[in-house]
Amino acid sequence: MANAQAMCTSFKGEILSGIHALGTTVIRAGTGADTLKAALYLASSSQGAATTAYGVSGEVSGANYSAGGITVTNATAPTTSGTTGYWTPSASFSWTNVTLATAFDAVLVYNSTQSNKAISVHTFGSQTITAGNFSLTMPTNDSTNALLRIA
Amino acid sequence: MDDSLLIKKEGAFEDNNENTIWIEYYLDNQLVHRSAHVRLKRPMVSLTEVGGFNG
Repeated sequence: MANAQAMCTSFKGEILSGIHALGTTVIRAGTGADTLKAALYLASSSQGAATTAYGVSGEVSGANYSAGGITVTNATAPTTSGTTGYWTPSASFSWTNVTLATAFDAVLVYNSTQSNKAISVHTFGSQTITAGNFSLTMPTNDSTNALLRIA
Repeated sequence: MDDSLLIKKEGAFEDNNENTIWIEYYLDNQLVHRSAHVRLKRPMVSLTEVGGFNG
Protein backbone atom coordinates (compact mmCIF):
# COMPACT_ATOMS: atom_id res chain seq x y z
CA MET A 1 0.00 0.00 0.00
CA ALA A 2 1.03 3.58 -0.57
CA ASN A 3 -0.58 6.92 -0.08
CA ALA A 4 -2.08 8.58 -3.14
CA GLN A 5 -2.93 12.24 -3.60
CA ALA A 6 -6.57 12.53 -4.58
CA MET A 7 -9.79 14.34 -4.11
CA CYS A 8 -11.83 11.84 -2.15
CA THR A 9 -14.65 10.36 -4.19
CA SER A 10 -16.96 10.53 -1.20
CA PHE A 11 -16.39 14.30 -1.12
CA LYS A 12 -17.50 14.61 -4.74
CA GLY A 13 -20.80 12.98 -3.93
CA GLU A 14 -21.22 14.90 -0.69
CA ILE A 15 -20.70 18.23 -2.46
CA LEU A 16 -23.81 17.45 -4.47
CA SER A 17 -25.73 16.81 -1.26
CA GLY A 18 -24.47 19.96 0.50
CA ILE A 19 -22.65 18.12 3.26
CA HIS A 20 -19.50 20.26 3.19
CA ALA A 21 -19.29 24.04 3.59
CA LEU A 22 -15.75 25.25 2.91
CA GLY A 23 -16.99 28.83 2.92
CA THR A 24 -19.80 30.71 4.60
CA THR A 25 -22.97 28.77 4.00
CA VAL A 26 -26.67 29.16 4.68
CA ILE A 27 -28.81 28.05 7.58
CA ARG A 28 -30.84 25.21 6.24
CA ALA A 29 -34.43 24.63 7.26
CA GLY A 30 -33.99 20.87 7.38
CA THR A 31 -32.10 17.93 6.03
CA GLY A 32 -34.25 17.37 2.96
CA ALA A 33 -33.13 18.01 -0.58
CA ASP A 34 -33.72 21.47 -1.99
CA THR A 35 -36.45 22.12 -4.53
CA LEU A 36 -34.97 22.44 -7.99
CA LYS A 37 -36.63 23.95 -11.03
CA ALA A 38 -36.02 24.03 -14.77
CA ALA A 39 -36.71 27.00 -17.03
CA LEU A 40 -36.42 27.34 -20.80
CA TYR A 41 -34.47 30.15 -22.45
CA LEU A 42 -34.66 31.78 -25.86
CA ALA A 43 -31.93 31.10 -28.38
CA SER A 44 -31.18 34.82 -28.23
CA SER A 45 -30.41 34.64 -24.50
CA SER A 46 -26.95 34.28 -22.99
CA GLN A 47 -27.27 31.64 -20.28
CA GLY A 48 -24.09 29.77 -19.50
CA ALA A 49 -21.26 29.38 -17.05
CA ALA A 50 -21.60 32.99 -15.91
CA THR A 51 -25.26 32.56 -14.96
CA THR A 52 -25.60 32.88 -11.20
CA ALA A 53 -29.36 32.67 -10.67
CA TYR A 54 -32.67 32.26 -12.45
CA GLY A 55 -33.97 35.41 -14.06
CA VAL A 56 -36.90 36.21 -16.30
CA SER A 57 -34.76 38.00 -18.87
CA GLY A 58 -34.49 35.77 -21.90
CA GLU A 59 -36.90 33.17 -20.57
CA VAL A 60 -39.47 31.80 -23.00
CA SER A 61 -43.08 32.90 -22.75
CA GLY A 62 -46.27 31.71 -24.29
CA ALA A 63 -49.54 29.92 -23.73
CA ASN A 64 -49.47 27.48 -20.80
CA TYR A 65 -45.84 28.19 -19.94
CA SER A 66 -45.38 29.50 -16.40
CA ALA A 67 -42.45 31.82 -15.73
CA GLY A 68 -39.89 30.03 -13.62
CA GLY A 69 -40.48 26.75 -15.37
CA ILE A 70 -41.27 23.43 -13.79
CA THR A 71 -40.27 21.67 -10.60
CA VAL A 72 -37.60 19.05 -11.15
CA THR A 73 -38.46 15.55 -9.99
CA ASN A 74 -35.61 14.59 -7.70
CA ALA A 75 -36.22 11.15 -6.26
CA THR A 76 -32.69 9.82 -6.65
CA ALA A 77 -29.98 11.17 -4.37
CA PRO A 78 -26.52 12.01 -5.69
CA THR A 79 -24.13 9.11 -5.52
CA THR A 80 -20.67 7.97 -6.61
CA SER A 81 -19.19 5.26 -8.75
CA GLY A 82 -15.52 4.77 -9.44
CA THR A 83 -14.08 8.21 -8.76
CA THR A 84 -17.08 10.17 -10.07
CA GLY A 85 -19.87 11.86 -8.15
CA TYR A 86 -23.05 12.25 -10.17
CA TRP A 87 -26.73 13.11 -10.17
CA THR A 88 -29.60 13.12 -12.66
CA PRO A 89 -33.22 14.24 -12.25
CA SER A 90 -35.45 11.20 -11.91
CA ALA A 91 -37.97 12.25 -14.55
CA SER A 92 -38.03 14.09 -17.85
CA PHE A 93 -38.70 17.81 -17.96
CA SER A 94 -42.07 18.19 -19.68
CA TRP A 95 -44.24 21.07 -20.81
CA THR A 96 -47.69 20.16 -22.08
CA ASN A 97 -49.91 21.96 -24.58
CA VAL A 98 -47.68 25.00 -24.76
CA THR A 99 -47.09 27.48 -27.53
CA LEU A 100 -43.55 28.82 -27.58
CA ALA A 101 -43.34 30.75 -30.81
CA THR A 102 -39.87 32.22 -30.37
CA ALA A 103 -36.98 29.83 -30.82
CA PHE A 104 -35.44 28.47 -27.63
CA ASP A 105 -32.42 26.24 -27.13
CA ALA A 106 -31.49 26.01 -23.47
CA VAL A 107 -32.76 24.92 -20.09
CA LEU A 108 -31.51 26.32 -16.80
CA VAL A 109 -31.61 24.04 -13.77
CA TYR A 110 -31.69 26.11 -10.61
CA ASN A 111 -32.25 25.87 -6.89
CA SER A 112 -35.61 27.32 -5.95
CA THR A 113 -34.97 26.78 -2.25
CA GLN A 114 -31.68 28.67 -2.25
CA SER A 115 -32.71 32.01 -3.76
CA ASN A 116 -32.99 30.55 -7.26
CA LYS A 117 -29.23 30.04 -7.53
CA ALA A 118 -28.12 28.52 -10.82
CA ILE A 119 -26.89 24.94 -11.10
CA SER A 120 -26.41 24.16 -14.78
CA VAL A 121 -27.34 25.18 -18.31
CA HIS A 122 -28.00 22.55 -20.97
CA THR A 123 -28.36 23.42 -24.63
CA PHE A 124 -30.03 21.62 -27.53
CA GLY A 125 -31.06 22.35 -31.09
CA SER A 126 -33.31 25.37 -31.45
CA GLN A 127 -37.03 24.59 -31.12
CA THR A 128 -40.44 26.18 -31.31
CA ILE A 129 -43.64 24.57 -30.08
CA THR A 130 -47.15 25.20 -31.42
CA ALA A 131 -50.06 23.97 -29.28
CA GLY A 132 -47.93 20.94 -28.46
CA ASN A 133 -45.63 19.29 -26.00
CA PHE A 134 -41.96 19.71 -25.28
CA SER A 135 -39.91 17.27 -23.26
CA LEU A 136 -36.31 16.88 -22.26
CA THR A 137 -35.47 13.27 -21.50
CA MET A 138 -32.65 12.73 -19.05
CA PRO A 139 -29.55 10.66 -19.80
CA THR A 140 -28.88 7.45 -17.92
CA ASN A 141 -28.01 8.14 -14.31
CA ASP A 142 -24.57 6.58 -14.10
CA SER A 143 -21.00 7.78 -13.75
CA THR A 144 -20.56 8.05 -17.51
CA ASN A 145 -23.82 9.64 -18.60
CA ALA A 146 -25.45 11.40 -15.65
CA LEU A 147 -26.66 14.95 -16.20
CA LEU A 148 -24.25 16.35 -13.59
CA ARG A 149 -20.91 14.68 -12.96
CA ILE A 150 -17.93 15.63 -10.84
CA ALA A 151 -15.16 13.45 -12.18
CA MET B 1 -62.05 19.21 -37.05
CA ASP B 2 -61.75 16.54 -39.68
CA ASP B 3 -58.39 14.94 -38.94
CA SER B 4 -58.11 13.78 -42.53
CA LEU B 5 -57.51 17.41 -43.51
CA LEU B 6 -54.33 17.55 -41.48
CA ILE B 7 -50.95 17.01 -43.08
CA LYS B 8 -48.41 15.40 -40.80
CA LYS B 9 -44.67 15.99 -40.95
CA GLU B 10 -42.06 14.31 -38.76
CA GLY B 11 -38.37 14.70 -38.37
CA ALA B 12 -35.40 13.70 -36.28
CA PHE B 13 -32.01 15.06 -35.41
CA GLU B 14 -29.09 13.47 -33.63
CA ASP B 15 -25.61 14.61 -32.73
CA ASN B 16 -23.24 14.13 -29.79
CA ASN B 17 -25.40 16.34 -27.60
CA GLU B 18 -28.95 15.21 -28.23
CA ASN B 19 -31.39 12.90 -29.97
CA THR B 20 -34.45 14.87 -31.00
CA ILE B 21 -37.70 14.03 -32.74
CA TRP B 22 -40.42 16.44 -33.75
CA ILE B 23 -43.86 16.22 -35.25
CA GLU B 24 -45.91 18.88 -37.01
CA TYR B 25 -49.50 19.07 -38.26
CA TYR B 26 -50.62 21.51 -40.93
CA LEU B 27 -54.12 22.58 -41.86
CA ASP B 28 -54.48 24.56 -45.07
CA ASN B 29 -50.70 25.06 -45.08
CA GLN B 30 -50.85 26.60 -41.61
CA LEU B 31 -48.87 25.04 -38.76
CA VAL B 32 -51.42 24.11 -36.09
CA HIS B 33 -49.35 21.76 -33.94
CA ARG B 34 -45.67 21.22 -33.28
CA SER B 35 -44.22 19.04 -30.55
CA ALA B 36 -40.57 18.17 -29.90
CA HIS B 37 -38.86 15.68 -27.65
CA VAL B 38 -35.19 16.03 -26.85
CA ARG B 39 -33.08 13.35 -25.18
CA LEU B 40 -29.98 14.89 -23.71
CA LYS B 41 -26.89 12.80 -24.33
CA ARG B 42 -23.95 14.86 -23.21
CA PRO B 43 -23.44 15.15 -19.47
CA MET B 44 -22.21 18.22 -17.68
CA VAL B 45 -18.79 17.31 -16.33
CA SER B 46 -16.59 19.17 -13.91
CA LEU B 47 -13.10 17.77 -13.62
CA THR B 48 -11.42 18.04 -10.26
CA GLU B 49 -7.81 18.38 -9.29
CA VAL B 50 -5.99 18.67 -6.01
CA GLY B 51 -2.83 20.62 -5.41
CA GLY B 52 0.32 19.11 -3.99
CA PHE B 53 3.13 20.35 -1.81
CA ASN B 54 6.02 18.88 -3.71
CA GLY B 55 6.36 21.01 -6.72
